Amino acid sequence: MASHTMTESEEPTRRDFLFIASGAFAAVGGAAALWPLIDQMNPDASSKALASLEVDLRPVREGQAITVMWRGKPVFIRNRTGEEIEAARAVDLNDLPDPIARNANLPEDAPATDENRARDKAHERWLVVIGICTHLGCIPKGQRVGDARGDYGGWFCPCHGSHYDTAGRIRKGPAPRNLDVPPYQFVSDTKIKIG
Amino acid sequence: MAHESTYQPNTAIERWLDDRLPIVRIMHDQFQTFPTPRNLNYWWTFGGILTFCLAVQLITGIVLAMHYIPSDKLAFDSVEHIMRDVNWGWLLRYTHAVGASMFFFAAYVHMFRGLYYGSYKAPREILWILGVLIILVMIATAFMGYSLVWGQMSFWAVTVITNLFSSLDSIISGLGTAIVQWIWGGYSVSGATLTRLFSLHYLFPFVIAGLVVLHIWALHVPGNNNPTGIEVKSSSDAIPFHPYYTVKDAYALALFAMLFAWFVFYAPNYLGHPDNYIPANPLQTPPHIVPEWYFLPFYAILRAIPSKLMGVTAMFAAIFVLFLAPWLDTSKVRSTKYRPIYKWFFWLFVITCLALGYLGAKPPEGWYLVFARVFTFLYFAHFLIIMPIVGVIERPRGMPGSITEAVLGRGRTGGGAGAEAGGAAAAGPETR
Ligand code: HEM
Ligand code: FES
Repeated sequence: MASHTMTESEEPTRRDFLFIASGAFAAVGGAAALWPLIDQMNPDASSKALASLEVDLRPVREGQAITVMWRGKPVFIRNRTGEEIEAARAVDLNDLPDPIARNANLPEDAPATDENRARDKAHERWLVVIGICTHLGCIPKGQRVGDARGDYGGWFCPCHGSHYDTAGRIRKGPAPRNLDVPPYQFVSDTKIKIG
Repeated sequence: MAHESTYQPNTAIERWLDDRLPIVRIMHDQFQTFPTPRNLNYWWTFGGILTFCLAVQLITGIVLAMHYIPSDKLAFDSVEHIMRDVNWGWLLRYTHAVGASMFFFAAYVHMFRGLYYGSYKAPREILWILGVLIILVMIATAFMGYSLVWGQMSFWAVTVITNLFSSLDSIISGLGTAIVQWIWGGYSVSGATLTRLFSLHYLFPFVIAGLVVLHIWALHVPGNNNPTGIEVKSSSDAIPFHPYYTVKDAYALALFAMLFAWFVFYAPNYLGHPDNYIPANPLQTPPHIVPEWYFLPFYAILRAIPSKLMGVTAMFAAIFVLFLAPWLDTSKVRSTKYRPIYKWFFWLFVITCLALGYLGAKPPEGWYLVFARVFTFLYFAHFLIIMPIVGVIERPRGMPGSITEAVLGRGRTGGGAGAEAGGAAAAGPETR
């Protein structure tokens, strides 16, 4: 196009201009049309709207656990015993495959101490984690009485053998990360709001 | 193969059409008089069988879609409704479900055939690449079809396989999760996921059909390879496709259809997993998640590697490496029949694939895991080490001068060898 100078006839220059202009129009228009086609597949407004949930903790006795559904995912809520908390605290952070807390309520690089896995000091008995194995998404066992809880007394994922401890941290097996702690807060001493 | 058109429009209406849309001429030249090597054996009948399989899946699938309901609440019940209430619904569904298995069986035979006879080598690289693309789209299609039943295996297979993409989080934090949620259309596998899988399960077979057209086009430019791997050189090397190969293909297809029918009528659930008759339950993972048999070798490779990202990469690489076969194989000789060293490695490769299939159904622990790793290594070694090296160091056996010579022998009586006995006759000219 650059080779067409004013000394040549004017026709090609105008055609070249139209060619480039319509090409650019098509490219920009195409890209703009593509985005809605891609984005329509992302989570829609109704699934985002389901995003928060209140849970009453009163019926959960010490040593018991319940599972609730939040955003279509199971959330494990466990009222931990003194021994379980002790066991989780006795672990050296260097022994953890994943040293990061994975707690949505804390900074991203917070270390995976037992304290950082709970919501706060006053509610350290309560462990709230998303009950989805961080390997390939199976539901680990350990919520029900009599379930296998793995070598570290927390949860055990039978799919490919991942063991989680009483703070929901990965200790052994193929899962790369600790069980995620969802965003939640205590709205009263016996009630939490997830999301 | 480009050959003079021999089509003679005899009636006025044929001439009228031929001047406007020479479709009858194309069909005549490409599927009737098309010159085909005279020595093709039964391994060459699987192309026709595969076309039949695609047609069966399309027809039964479109009919099933008239009764199936792609909703997380109703999908499972609608499949049972097809099985119990819809007239002939049980037959349609079993044909479609068994048909997927038969389709993969035929495709794998067809691919091993190509590997054995060197059909991927020049000038057939594009033909081979189109074939690999077809198997890729087939894998995606069958995976999505299996999810539609919305039983326990459907649900958890979708969960595990879509979660594979979350391994990208270890490259760019958050990228994998974003992709997985985009695929799901939510924060977990849900009804939104099911409807999109249905939409794509409907679409992809037509993409396959388009690829098949290109595949056959790419076949008809250089023409068929054959058991000797020698190109057609003279008119005595080739025979017209019809009636010689139409009848051979039809005969093989009839035998294949009997096997197909045996499964449909006597063992329709033999190849499936009983857990898929339990409705999907997002709160309970079945004790063992096993894919359909045709995915087992790839599943074994996925689990053989301890790192999540590397496991996923290896699984995809197991298919992508096939694209490179034409350039990894350094041998000038096409057919393994004339390759005394490579022959052993070819059969080792077949055993490797079968072993991986067996191991994919076993829990990944103890000796199973050790062997899965050994065979995963052998799988990739075949393409990346064996193919380049053996082609250089091997001294091929003497080859016949032409296809005709391979079939009829040179200077000796054919020994009753007809066109079909190419395999037996071709072993002779070794002493050349
Ligand atoms: C490449 C071709 C195809 C393959 C390999 C394939 C594979 C499959 C598989 C493996 C299943 C699960 C069967 C079961 O366990 O019940 C399935 C289900 C289904 N497919 Fe296909 N399919 C193909 C083409 C199609 C087409 C063209 C349609 C048209 C819409 C279709 C519609 C369906 C429907 C509605 C179901 C769910 C009902 C059922 O479970 O049988 N399929 N497909
Ligand atoms: S999904 Fe839990 S170990 Fe693989």
